[in-house]
Amino acid sequence: MNHPSLRHLIEPEDFTIDEIEKLVTLGEDMYKNPSKYSEICKGKILASLFYEPSTRTKFSFDSAMLRLGGNLVGFADANTSSAKKGESIADTIRVMGYYADIIVMRHPKEGAPKLASMYSEVPVINAGDGGHQHPTQTLTDLLTIQVYKGKLEGHTVAFCGDLKYGRTVHSLIRTMARFKAKKFILISPEELELPSSLKRQLQDQYDIEIQEARYIEEVVEQIDILYMTRIQKERFFNEEDYLKLKNSYILTNSKLENAKEDMIIMHPLPRVNEISYEVDSNQRAVYFEQSKLGVYVRMALISKLLEVGPYVRG
Amino acid sequence: MLEVKGILNGVVLDHIKAGKALEVYHMLQLDKIDASVVLLMNVDSKELGKKDIIKIENRVDFNFNILSLIDTQITVNIIKDDKRVQKFKVEVPEEIIGQITCKNPRCITNFDDYVNPTFHKYAENDKVLEYVCEFCEEITKFKK
Repeated sequence: MNHPSLRHLIEPEDFTIDEIEKLVTLGEDMYKNPSKYSEICKGKILASLFYEPSTRTKFSFDSAMLRLGGNLVGFADANTSSAKKGESIADTIRVMGYYADIIVMRHPKEGAPKLASMYSEVPVINAGDGGHQHPTQTLTDLLTIQVYKGKLEGHTVAFCGDLKYGRTVHSLIRTMARFKAKKFILISPEELELPSSLKRQLQDQYDIEIQEARYIEEVVEQIDILYMTRIQKERFFNEEDYLKLKNSYILTNSKLENAKEDMIIMHPLPRVNEISYEVDSNQRAVYFEQSKLGVYVRMALISKLLEVGPYVRG
Repeated sequence: MLEVKGILNGVVLDHIKAGKALEVYHMLQLDKIDASVVLLMNVDSKELGKKDIIKIENRVDFNFNILSLIDTQITVNIIKDDKRVQKFKVEVPEEIIGQITCKNPRCITNFDDYVNPTFHKYAENDKVLEYVCEFCEEITKFKK
């Protein structure tokens, strides 16, 4: 087992509110002044272990490390790793710790990065585990909210689409609760509602109003932040259920007629068809900027966990 | 009436809810130990009407508290030299390691042999006990 003082990011709760705020601030500065940070990871190596396909998260971590002056090793397909031969995560992680200074892991099984962190000698970052958590997407979302809304607290946040399997939703909703959100609005078909255990956790731990709705139009005028999600095919056990629900929640400009002018529309991407292309030019759409900001907040995270750069100096 | 002789050394698990003895047998993995085990089912009981009893000879080294997931009313009697030397009710454990599996089919604990499934008590009321998986955070309920 690793030494207890080693820091990892497995779930957003691994960082205090204060630490998250500092990360978001640092990410914002890295976004505005990238050249200041271009060599702080010189000589450091990031290993990305992607047991499940990813475009945005993988490349944004790669880009983040390269922009910090560091180097990369890793794989983007479990079939090209020893996992195919049946190697345990603990063994893989122990060895990777000799080759790299920090590990980024995506895995289809829930809890796999947590297991990795228990045996790692270097920091482990969860880049998504099944339908469970996606904490670096949460940091990306928070930086986006900070940049576009000016603060993280006190918003009415609506989550729309797949709230059952959507790991980005699970991570973000818990974190927004910690930042004292004003209200959550959950918009989903019955089959894809937020897990009742998570809903209960939110109600037990935080005094936040939760409203449930079936359609965006019913609640759109209340929303400060609309968080859209994809209905994910890989989370379903059969094709029939997926086809039945995939077109359930499509956002169009006409559904936004009564929305606040300064409402923002976010999406972790990739989208399939849940946001019509016509919405891309709507002033409220920030989802492409959101992807861009993901690189900078990941730069901030890498620098924090490696204890390099201004984060260490305070 | 059916008669079963007592044991000189070992454990008597009493006041098991009628019909639950087999679950207790499997939970303690009694099929894997080299000891004599007696299961008595649907025995008359003044307190419960009917109850089950299990007697295990020459072994006392069990995690009895795990049995509270099946029935919180079970009484454990430790027998030594034909005398009862200890009697206690099972207690609800705060943590369970390696004795139950996670019901979430996507949980890593169901795939990686290296990991010991670990659960922490999440909530308890008159009717149910709830445990949360340390790895995937799935909540598993046990009816009391």
